[in-house]
Amino acid sequence: MGLVIALVLTVLFLVGGLLFGRMNDRKHLASIARREERYRDIRLDNRKRVDMPEDVEVCALVIGQYVSASDYFKAFATRLRALVGGEMNSMITLMERARREAVLRMVESALKHGATEVWNIRFETSNISQMNGKRGAAQVEIIAYGTAIKRKAVA
Amino acid sequence: MIVVNTEEVPGRQITQVLGLVQGNTIRAKHAGRDIMAGFKNLVGGELKGYTELLTESRRQATERMMQQAQQLGADAVVNVRFTTSAITGGAAELYAYGTAVKLG
Repeated sequence: MGLVIALVLTVLFLVGGLLFGRMNDRKHLASIARREERYRDIRLDNRKRVDMPEDVEVCALVIGQYVSASDYFKAFATRLRALVGGEMNSMITLMERARREAVLRMVESALKHGATEVWNIRFETSNISQMNGKRGAAQVEIIAYGTAIKRKAVA
Repeated sequence: MIVVNTEEVPGRQITQVLGLVQGNTIRAKHAGRDIMAGFKNLVGGELKGYTELLTESRRQATERMMQQAQQLGADAVVNVRFTTSAITGGAAELYAYGTAVKLG
């Protein structure tokens, strides 16, 4: 009896993870694409030295952060994939989505400074699932940071 | 105070380098957030509670770094870097470091 319940619950979680996970993914990706289009004019650069430093008016550190959770289905797919090795497509989309969102948040905070450019962009990823004290589905924090630059208006 | 992660402050001259400044914080989350995050793991997506927590913690680490720079009499902190690490169960360390400088 207990075994049946456990089995039913597992299948329920897997299907739920698959359905809701897919739905979340799609909604979020659409929102990301929309905002990326809107902020297309913001120049992103990860070189250290700012071009034309003479006409810089404002410079400020900007950060974008996103903590991402894997869903139950993805966690299951990951464990299966780990048996045979190879590329983990489900996790690739997860990380890519998180990183794009982090960049967008960084850009949004740059816009608050009135900036038109972000330089010296750096990314950092850290696994914080150990914060739970147990091993489970991935919880990954991604941050993107850089220096927002606002130029002096041309006279 | 100007805080940037480029090697120099664009458009300004660095006249004096005052040295490394750093700030850190170690944060634990409360159980409620943890449980919510556990549920969220079923369907995936953003863990908003953690994003907020880490955002606030990172701001605190940055502020501590800026305080240290202020004590040195700095005008700016350049080349700022961040790191995050899960050090023990239930806690994360956020660390910010950079170089305090005086501007001309």
